[in-house]
This record gives sequence, C-alpha cells and structure tokens, in this order.
Amino acid sequence: MGMQFNETQMTEFKRLVARYPEGKQKSALLPALHLAQESFDGWLSTETMDYIASLLSIEPIEVYEVASFYSMYNLKPVGKFVFEVCQTGPCMVSGSDNIIDYIKQTLDIKPGETTKDGVFTLKLVECLGACGYAPMMQVGKIYKEHLTKEKVDVIIAEYRQLAASKN
Amino acid sequence: MGVKLLLDKANVPGIRTYDVYRREGGYTAVEKALKEMNPETIVEEVKKSGLRGRGGAGFPAGMKWSFIAKPEGVPRHLVCNADESEPGTFKDRYLMEFLPHLLLEGLIIASFALGSHDTYIYIRGEYAWIPDILEEAINEAKANGWLGKNILGTGFDCNIHVQRGAGAYICGEETALIESLEGRRGNPRIKPPFPAIQGLWMRPTVVNNVETLAAVVPIIKMGGDEYAKIGVGKSTGTKLISACGNINKPGVYEIDMTVSVEDFIYSEEYCGGIKGGKQLKACIPGGSSVPILPANLLLKTAKGETRYMNYESLSDGGFATGSMMGSGGFIVLDEDQCIVKNTLTLARFYRHESCGQCSPCREGTGWMEKILMKIEQGKGEMSDIDLLWDIQRKIEGNTICPLGDAASWPVAAAIRHFRDEFEWHVNNPELSQTSNFGLQHYADPIHVPA
Ligand SMILES: Cc1cc2nc3c(=O)[nH]c(=O)nc-3n(C[C@H](O)[C@H](O)[C@H](O)COP(=O)(O)O)c2cc1C
Ligand code: SF4
Ligand code: FES
Repeated sequence: MGMQFNETQMTEFKRLVARYPEGKQKSALLPALHLAQESFDGWLSTETMDYIASLLSIEPIEVYEVASFYSMYNLKPVGKFVFEVCQTGPCMVSGSDNIIDYIKQTLDIKPGETTKDGVFTLKLVECLGACGYAPMMQVGKIYKEHLTKEKVDVIIAEYRQLAASKN
Repeated sequence: MGVKLLLDKANVPGIRTYDVYRREGGYTAVEKALKEMNPETIVEEVKKSGLRGRGGAGFPAGMKWSFIAKPEGVPRHLVCNADESEPGTFKDRYLMEFLPHLLLEGLIIASFALGSHDTYIYIRGEYAWIPDILEEAINEAKANGWLGKNILGTGFDCNIHVQRGAGAYICGEETALIESLEGRRGNPRIKPPFPAIQGLWMRPTVVNNVETLAAVVPIIKMGGDEYAKIGVGKSTGTKLISACGNINKPGVYEIDMTVSVEDFIYSEEYCGGIKGGKQLKACIPGGSSVPILPANLLLKTAKGETRYMNYESLSDGGFATGSMMGSGGFIVLDEDQCIVKNTLTLARFYRHESCGQCSPCREGTGWMEKILMKIEQGKGEMSDIDLLWDIQRKIEGNTICPLGDAASWPVAAAIRHFRDEFEWHVNNPELSQTSNFGLQHYADPIHVPA
C-alpha cells in the first residue's frame, strides 16, 4: 500500500465527485483516473486502480475495464515525458513520417519504448485534433505543433533540462 | 468577405475573458431568451432557423430538441459533445479555446429551453488545457449571475460541468459518450431507446455538438427567420470548416455555405491554394469518414456544375460521384500523396478506434488494415482489391453504431475513384516503394484557376 492522494489531490477528487447527482459517483471514474495518473508517476498500477475503486465504492474490475479501454491511461510505467506523435492521414500527408523517424533516431527508441535514462517514452497516436498545425505531438498537457527536425531538437533539449532539474 | 456569426469577434483582444466578451455584446442572447422568451418559443426559433447539427450527421437541431421526453419528476440533461476526434476536424477546439463564453451562452439558452439544470460538456481527454479555460469562463459567468441559482431572477437554476474523456474516438458517438459520462467503457448502446427518451442515467438527454450550441446564440439574437436567409436551401446559417493537408493556409474558417469548393481552396480568403504551387489531387471534404473525391469531381459535380461548400452540393451525386459535409474537416491532398497510404492510415485509425462490440466492425477493420498494408508494401495481389471491396460492403449497415460505416466509406471511395492507383501498386511492387502514382489517374490536366 502507500498510494494515497495527498490533501490537495483529495480536495480535487471530492470536487470531481460533487459534479454528479447522488448515487452517480461512478461517473467521476474517468476524471479520477486522470488525477491518479497525474499524481502517481504517470501510470496506473493495479494498486492505484484498487485505491480509486475503494474511493468510489465500486468493484476493482469496473476500474480495470475502463482503464484498459481508453488510450490515455498508461497501464505500464512510462518515462518522465511521453512524446505522443500523431500518425493519422492529415498529419501523414504533412510529413509526420519524417518527424517520427527523426525522433526514433535521435532518442534511439522504437514506439512504445522508453529511453534508458527513463526520461522519454515515444508513443504513436491517432488524430489529436491539430491537423491544421501538423506535424504535431502531445507532451503531457501541451501540444507541440508545426514540428520540424530543428524544433524537435529544441523540445528534446528543453525536456532533458527539465528532467535534470527535477532530479 | 462572407457573413460571420460565430467568429466575428474572434480577433478582438481578450475576447476569451468575460469583461471583453460582455462589452462586445455578449450574454445579450441569454438575456433575451430568459427574459423575453420561453422554452417553447426558443425551440420554435431554432426550428425556424433550419440549423442542422454540426457534429457530422446534420440532423435538424430544433427537431431534436422537440423530441425530448418530459416525464413528471425526472430530471433532463443537455450534453455538449466536445469529443472532436474525427481526423481532419479541429473547429470545436478553436471555439472553446478562443470563444469559451460564446459556447457557454449557447449552453445556457439550450439548457433553459430543454430544462437541464445540470449540463455537461464532454471534451476529448487530449484537449487537456481547454477544461481550464472553460472552467475559468464558467466561474466568471457564475460570478456575474449567468449561471447558478435563479438566473436573472427567472427561477431557472443551471450549472455547467466539464468532463474529460480519455482517448477514444468512439466516445463522440452520442450513446458511447453517455456510457463514458457514466464512468464506463465507450460501448455504443443499441437504439432505440434514443437518448431523448433514455439517455444519461436513463434520463431524457439531448446531445449536441459544440458548434451547434454556439450557433444558437446568433439565432436568438437575429431570429430564426433571418438566420435561415443566410446560406442556401437546407444549408442555413454559417459553418465552420477546419482545413488541413497540403494547402497554404490551414486553419478554421467560417463560411456561409454559398462559397464554391474551388474558391474555398484557391482564394486568399480561405485555403490560399495548394502548397508549393503543386497540383490538387484529391480531397476528403468532411472529415475522414466521408468519401474521398478526385479533383475533377471535387470542383465540379458529375453533371459539370460548380460544386459548393454546403450539405446538398457536397453530397450531389450520392456516393457514386459525391461526398458529404460531415464534420467540416476539409483534408486536401496534393499530387505527391499516395491514395493507398492515406487510406491505410485511415483504416488503421478505425481499427484502433473500433470498440469491438460487433464482429463485422471489430474483425473487418482489422482485415482492411492488413490488406491495405500488404498492398502499400508492394506485396498485394489483384484479388486483394476485390477482397477489400467485399469486406467494406459486409461491414456497412451491419453494426450497432455508424463507426462501421465510417470505416467502410473511405476504403470504398478510394477504390471506387482510384482503383488504377491500387492496381499500379500491385503491378509495380518495387517502383511503388520508391515513387508515386502522382496524377496519372487524370486523363486531362486538372483545371487550376488563374
Ligand atoms: C464514431 C462516431 C464519432 C462521432 N464523433 C463525434 C464528435 O466527435 N463530435 C460530435 O459532435 N459528434 C460526433 N458524432 C455524432 C454524434 O453521435 C451526434 O450525432 C452529435 O453529437 C449530435 O450533435 P449535433 O446534432 O449537434 O450534430 C460521432 C458519431 C459517430 C458514429
Ligand atoms: S460498429 Fe464498431 S464501434 Fe460501433 S458499436 Fe460496433 S464494434 Fe463498436
Ligand atoms: S491527423 Fe494528426 S492531429 Fe489530426
């Protein structure tokens, strides 16, 4: 055990649950999982999911089946920063293949993998609603758009620095 | 310049904040609706406006509102569909990011008309920074008396809540969205019952797209009849188009649906022509689910008439020679784009997004991706093209929700219009790996406006 929301996180959790009518607290499951993922290292362990189940008074299986359905929940540990690069049609015709190749080469990882230092994970994702600003990727809450190789270099350097300062 | 009803104030500095929005005439539609009108007359105005749902299906909004069941003692809900995940579509994001109060105004009016005291905005999880913008706007609106208890002294209470999804295109389908809002997997429900009878928590529910709800604001301000005068035929009012792909000026444009496709692509006011002076090859005019059209059928209908950016004209010719307005995601492909590869990325998308409930969709989308991959990699056979055709036909119409159709149509249209390019891949396994079919499809050079 050990996975527990701190006070701020618990306040946020309660705010989420309060948005739904009495007895419908299960509706808060998706936002609660987002909160848990943000609070506990960017992924959802079984322990975390069981904790959320107990908070919402639902069965653990109700949490597992939801967590495994939605692509944003990570069920395995990930790097400090996850590069989620869009590969769908509109991004593809705007050159996302080159960007993906460049990131693979620069970080020396394949999609789904994490760099040895644990800083970056590369994920290929489907359309993120930024097709007009392609190629693009999501890093955490932020969209990085109009990507070029030069821009990717800058982004990688930025996050490397951020990771170093966090240690 | 065309008429602008939604984005007319989009460039006013600070329009995202309550003070500026209010100074620019914001919330006068709420005032009018709540003080001078009643739920019935609001629904009547929306009916008169001819407003069609902007989420993709184009169902008349006023009619949908009039279907909502009103059983005694059962709460009703309005849900705003901000899941926006159809490839090529990013217009709702623009509205929410830059004009959050416009959406709130539409939501308050619609909530009043439908009797929804708790209204939910379901936004795709990846738009992770937008809920903060919306919640900030909600707090401002509340502080100024436009939300909360007894709004404008009318006795009407309303709260708006923002719920984030978590990465699933299928949650844009209204019954899957409702399931997701209840904290479950996004598996679409079998209809009937329709949400208007049993929706969120089995209560009567209306689900509308972000843009549909924003359009209610100008309708209330100007009246349904005046709104209906803009546009043409059953394509009334204005429509947001998100343009992307190989064009000079990708972005979100508001059009009044009288502009021709040719003007939309080539004029400076909109897409500004094809990037790098290249030639137009094909276009998917309404989001990834609608049929792709070759350049010649895009600019002119099969009858040789000019094609316009509206519901009727884009679908002129049916699926044989036409397409659809869909969600307004306008994807332009230039001469260097490979139709097989483009179709493959879309097939992969639908395989990834199938919820897996119905076997034709779950299995069929997987097979289509595999076969397209084979052809794309130069390992395909002629019979694979017919097999693809056969699979898409077996999915279409045989599934619980329209995702099955949405997965079939792009494949069908690509083969229908560009069969020669598929055959070229099969016949030229090596050449197709290093070069491109380009514009060989076209017997005559494509007309390019001066
Ligand atoms: C697979 C699928 C995905 C959809 N995605 C969206 C979406 O992201 N946004 C949306 O507004 N409607 C989407 N729709 C349409 C909705 O089911 C529904 O028709 C719409 O939200 C109704 O709103 P409207 O009448 O205002 O257009 C989707 C439909 C299907 C079948
Ligand atoms: S058609 Fe596909 S997405 Fe829709 S319910 Fe069936 S399996 Fe799920
Ligand atoms: S296709 Fe990449 S953001 Fe839409």
